Amino acid sequence: MAQTWDAIIVGGGHNGLVCAAYLAKAGRKVLVLERRHVLGGAAVSEEVHPGFTFSVCSYVVSLLRPWIIRDLQLSRFGLELIPLECSFLPLPDGRSLARWDDAERTRREIAGFSQRDSEVYPEFGQAMAQMARVVKPLIDAPAPKPGSLHPRDLAELLKLGKHIGGVSAEHRLLLSKMMTMSAADFLDEWFESDVLKAPMSVSGIIGTFQGVRSPGTAYVLLHHYMGEIDGAFRSWGFSKGGTGQISNAIAAAARHYGAEIRTEAAIDHVMVSGGRATGVVLEDGTELRAKTVVSSVDPNRTFLKMVGKQHLPDDFVTQIGRYKLRGSSGKVNLAVDRLPSFSSRPGLGGHLRGDIAICPSVEYLERAYDQAKYGEFSSRPYLNVVVPSVVDPSVAPPGQHVISCFVQYAPYNLKTGPESWPEHREAFGDAVVDTLAEYVPDLKESILHRQVLTPWDLEQEFGLTEGNIFHGELSLEQLAFQRPAPGWAHYKTPLNALWMCGSGTHPGGGIMGACGALAARAMLTGRHV
Amino acid sequence: MPLPSPFHQRTSELCTSLLWKEWAGYYAVCSYGMSHEPEYHAVRQSAGMLDVSPLYKFDVIGPDATEFLAFVSARNVGKLKLGQVGYGCWCDEHGKVLDDGTVTRWGEQAYRVTSADPSYAWFSRHSRGFDVQVKDVSSDVAALALQGPRARQILEDVCDGGDVGDLRFFYGTHSKIAGVRVDVTRTGYTGDLGYELWMPAQEALKVWDAVMEAGKPHAMLPLGLDALDVCRVEAGFILLGVDYFSARRCMTDVQKSTPYELGLGWTVHTKRGPFLGRDALRREKSTGSVWALVGLVVDWDELEGLYNSFGLPPQLSSHAWRTAVPVYDQGSQVGQATSGGWSPILKKNLALASVHAAHAVPGKRLQIEVTVEFQRRKVSATVTETPFFNPDRKRA
Ligand SMILES: Cc1cc2nc3c(=O)[nH]c(=O)nc-3n(C[C@H](O)[C@H](O)[C@H](O)COP(=O)(O)OP(=O)(O)OC[C@H]3O[C@@H](n4cnc5c(N)ncnc54)[C@H](O)[C@@H]3O)c2cc1C
Repeated sequence: MAQTWDAIIVGGGHNGLVCAAYLAKAGRKVLVLERRHVLGGAAVSEEVHPGFTFSVCSYVVSLLRPWIIRDLQLSRFGLELIPLECSFLPLPDGRSLARWDDAERTRREIAGFSQRDSEVYPEFGQAMAQMARVVKPLIDAPAPKPGSLHPRDLAELLKLGKHIGGVSAEHRLLLSKMMTMSAADFLDEWFESDVLKAPMSVSGIIGTFQGVRSPGTAYVLLHHYMGEIDGAFRSWGFSKGGTGQISNAIAAAARHYGAEIRTEAAIDHVMVSGGRATGVVLEDGTELRAKTVVSSVDPNRTFLKMVGKQHLPDDFVTQIGRYKLRGSSGKVNLAVDRLPSFSSRPGLGGHLRGDIAICPSVEYLERAYDQAKYGEFSSRPYLNVVVPSVVDPSVAPPGQHVISCFVQYAPYNLKTGPESWPEHREAFGDAVVDTLAEYVPDLKESILHRQVLTPWDLEQEFGLTEGNIFHGELSLEQLAFQRPAPGWAHYKTPLNALWMCGSGTHPGGGIMGACGALAARAMLTGRHV
Repeated sequence: MPLPSPFHQRTSELCTSLLWKEWAGYYAVCSYGMSHEPEYHAVRQSAGMLDVSPLYKFDVIGPDATEFLAFVSARNVGKLKLGQVGYGCWCDEHGKVLDDGTVTRWGEQAYRVTSADPSYAWFSRHSRGFDVQVKDVSSDVAALALQGPRARQILEDVCDGGDVGDLRFFYGTHSKIAGVRVDVTRTGYTGDLGYELWMPAQEALKVWDAVMEAGKPHAMLPLGLDALDVCRVEAGFILLGVDYFSARRCMTDVQKSTPYELGLGWTVHTKRGPFLGRDALRREKSTGSVWALVGLVVDWDELEGLYNSFGLPPQLSSHAWRTAVPVYDQGSQVGQATSGGWSPILKKNLALASVHAAHAVPGKRLQIEVTVEFQRRKVSATVTETPFFNPDRKRA
């Protein structure tokens, strides 16, 4: 008789690997099947140009759960996170703002634009840290189970908040504002200067097809403050060797605990018989059987492509059909022969040891969104740029650098259709390089290699349906007990023995590992595997 | 008032934070920038360069050098091969530790000793009857520690001769940097791949400049003592004056420690001829020690819960701490944690503690005192073997 696994994991992204590691650690026989030749999914490092290692998709990490790092001994398997030291905003007029770890230095920098804002800034940070404390248990525990399923029912969240140490009336008001307002409107209540409002509001729209003035986007700001690079509340960092090193470390841990991992093993569909998932069939026709199948690919792909409507209840199929993916971002990675030098702060400096935002004003962001609404990529997009080689010498040859540009907006649904993206790929790449070159004058001469990823590429190459970087927008109505569908937020699916563990489940996208770990926990504690 | 070290001209230019402290009579940089964290991460993922000139250094030379050092050390220094470095400690007649440091055998009859405390008088006193000369070269010799995974490549780029790349863990060689004769040992206080460079103080700046230049493409940073302190806690290294006290300075016996009690038992060789403290150490080895040095990992969820009960997010300093706090086993005090801190790489809250030997059982849960909002509370901490962090590259 053919071999049978306790669990087959669909996809070797970081969540699939985390899930595999926890199941294997608990003694289960686990097989991970990854379509690509490398592990990591959207957390992947690849040597795209000789000597240059790109974090091809995700490029910074904030929410990777420290308890997972401890449980799986990830530092022993090569994980190292290096905090960003700065958030840098160069402006077209030659001025710039850098926000540092050092509060006094940051205050002086902001005061150059607005003295009032410079003093409000730390108050804002403190309020957000409090809010993050209240909301944080949400991402470390399975989604709350509300009595009612009203789409914007905040009561559950607030009940949870109260539960963990008292939310003052003031904070409750603040939280409900964050749940309903737009990121830009919310920030208008605090700050007067665009140099704060523009780069801060942008974190509310990453990975969504919304603008900074779209209601509900304020909540996602909190994710920024929840970043827990040190267990203490700290924000973003690089992963040494690129974000793929996170996946590699998790894979090494999973193997250490006994999991088997195969690459270049693309799954065609999930086998179903007698109303349960019984295994998978690979694209080459190989059948592999397992007691449970755990999918880490997005809900759309899992249910509508790999399982098939015929095996699922109609209302569930409808809900998954409604689940918003709407990719809106792309990525441009550059190998360059010199340090990028910004005209507003030339040469090497601490401002390069962090992230760099190209978004000079809220209006700029709105204009970028306007184009996207009509099915065009922004000709002057928002860019989030990092130069990881400045702190991590392992990713580029000495003296040379990698520049990673996260780009928004690049709508999946171009007006000429998503499949026309390949024809626009280079023009999109040019728009990004042109934008950045306005701040880095000799950028173009320095480029040795350029990698452009459109939402279409993210779908075709990385299996992200509609190119959505988070397996579904992180908008409020798609979070917590409604991710991916009301009633199905606990990793279980309507098909027996089929489970979910990817970013399309609670607590959502980003390199957190929580989806994978919480899914494994749910399966183990319920003795479903 | 402290003195400037031989590298002061360079370090003072770079130390824009103006954060200094005194170390063995010299000015030493705490951190070059306002935060030591970039320096910490440089050590763990690229390289950091630290001025360690304030260490005390002695040359011990003469026909009886080996016998003399074997007599004053708890370690059998006589077994060191040419070019080998030994880490160990020195004890008084009662087997109580006076200091710890390294001994490098540079010649058949020539050794270099480093220590944390001034020890010239003590060495001289015990050298009577040996044909040996002890010379304090502390201020003649400048020293740099180059630590981190890139350290080897940087040295290979900058060293002229000595096959530095092939140097084994705890061995030394002679090389040249910028034309200056430099002794290189594969040693350090970070628990990582690392080297220490020993050179004439007058020519120190040439070496500094050359290594800094070679380090640039590797994202090397100058390193201060604050980042070092985090590294050494992760490595489980004890510090004189913090985790233990020199018997010479103790007022009572209880304050003194033996090598076994400090986790240095592996450096003690009792099966040999007479050496200082031998009889006491033999006795202790057979009857057992009173104290033991252990690693503690503080339970994060409990700590976070404690802060939460005050309505606060956890507030941890990114600095290592060194104010001792009590350690308990169910209500009764069984020792004290003497230093500790948050490990960014392990995501764990660590401490080094001295506890009654019966409690030194890996996996055992004890409690450590934590103060939140001026209130003293207890949080669980698990006894763990050290080093907490021990990458293969350290020895590879
Ligand atoms: C461009 C971009 C930038 C981003 N930036 C950041 C960032 O800076 N920080 C951050 O925290 N997050 C970022 N994200 C989001 C984050 O990377 C993802 O949310 C996360 O990595 C998803 O992990 P996952 O394991 O849930 O899914 P995935 O990584 O998508 O893993 C799913 C895996 O399944 C595989 N697969 C697909 N189809 C099949 C099949 N048929 N058979 C077998 N295997 C299959 C895929 O190849 C993939 O490896 C970014 C994402 C993108 C795309």
